Amino acid sequence: MNEIAERLGAEAVSDAIAVERTLAGDREAYRVLVERHSRNLYRLAHRMTGNAQDAEEVVQEAFLRAYQKLRQFAGNANFGTWVYRIAANYAIDRMRQRGSEDAHRQQPDGPREEGLQVDPVADVPDRAPSPERLAQSAQLAARMKEALDALTPAERTAIVMRHWQGCAIEEIAAVLKSNSNATKNTVFRAVTKLRKALEPFAAGSAAARAMGTES
Amino acid sequence: MKHVTEEQLVAYRDGEPEGREAITAHLRECPTCREELLRIEAVFTALDAMPVPDPGEDYERRVWQRLAPKLPEKQSGWWGGFFEPRRLMALGAVAAMVVAAFLLGRNFRPAGPAAGVADAGKIRERVLVVVVGDHLGRSEMVLMELTNAEPKKGRKLVDISSERKRAENLVEENRLYRQTALQEGDAAMASTLEELERVLLDIANSPDEVTPAQFESLQKRIESKGILFKVRVINQDLRARQKTGTPSPDRNNAGVKERNKA
Repeated sequence: MNEIAERLGAEAVSDAIAVERTLAGDREAYRVLVERHSRNLYRLAHRMTGNAQDAEEVVQEAFLRAYQKLRQFAGNANFGTWVYRIAANYAIDRMRQRGSEDAHRQQPDGPREEGLQVDPVADVPDRAPSPERLAQSAQLAARMKEALDALTPAERTAIVMRHWQGCAIEEIAAVLKSNSNATKNTVFRAVTKLRKALEPFAAGSAAARAMGTES
Repeated sequence: MKHVTEEQLVAYRDGEPEGREAITAHLRECPTCREELLRIEAVFTALDAMPVPDPGEDYERRVWQRLAPKLPEKQSGWWGGFFEPRRLMALGAVAAMVVAAFLLGRNFRPAGPAAGVADAGKIRERVLVVVVGDHLGRSEMVLMELTNAEPKKGRKLVDISSERKRAENLVEENRLYRQTALQEGDAAMASTLEELERVLLDIANSPDEVTPAQFESLQKRIESKGILFKVRVINQDLRARQKTGTPSPDRNNAGVKERNKA
């Protein structure tokens, strides 16, 4: 744990040097930052937007905006954290925009979730042979994608930032332009929705294994 | 027994401190709530089953290539266009060294009433001393290997790919440290790093395999600049600073004079 903290601190110092150089007019120094953070940023963006094309766009835009606002950054925070926030902000805007564009083509959440619940895969026993387990996990991933796509942009942002990126509630609240309590509620709503969509399936695998019982 | 609500369990799992002890105590006694918590946990386990597709090995480079033309053009050094994706590897090494520097900083923190006053400048300097010291050590190794090597008899070409690759990685680190040294007012260090950079670039720009004549010429160029000696001297100075916690040369003129003499 301590080692991770040291590593993060080390990266922040190294980033700070690159930021200083960029601000001094050395555009190549910015490349250090881009190459260091682009892969993690891509993961965040992909989890938020759910597709590679949007994720790549988010990464590009986040680095461009960060470059333009670098003077405002002025070493107040870790560059990685800062550019993450910019990416998350842009991703949520993009998701909302997409949402309104696709609204007429989208199915309402209710029937979709009910549809998910009656999936027969939920009945696959936990101790199934390996190929079936593999198929099960592939279907779980597909189900996961559907369930995430069914979340609102704010819910998806909240769960991605909280669960995968380990962001603080306040950090997520800043991206959602909300307060801590409302953000906690958003996280909770996201978990509830995911649970509704995934539990029949998840219970057949991970939960049963963890609990030593069938649901 | 009043059960814990789903909302409380989600917050509990999330590390929410409010009412934590009471919920922990309840969970110890209540198998129903324990099971409910495990069901919630299972959803998060399922979340982890969704992989993010790999964007490809050279993703970082592609991001930069697409981004660079959109960035407003500012001053570009003579090294412009040299940098390649190897940067990440090199900077990984830098980051590892900075970790060492932090640990070192912790060990060398002075005792006494003034010790509590954290001096960000000093910490930064300690970090740089260790990181640059390591960089110089690795540069010295490359230079030594090249100057001490003898082409094998009967071979038409000498393979210097390993040294060339390492020099490539060292160039970009070198540039960052040189600029930082300049910024910190350490002119002697910046000057040695500038000379080192030229030599490293010379090696990095060589082909992977050279003829014995080319190899000899490269060795002569390295030796003629006396860079190996200068690197050793400056590295020894850094080690001394590291041990004694001596302030940086901009605050210590004696140090500058000594190094300039060297």
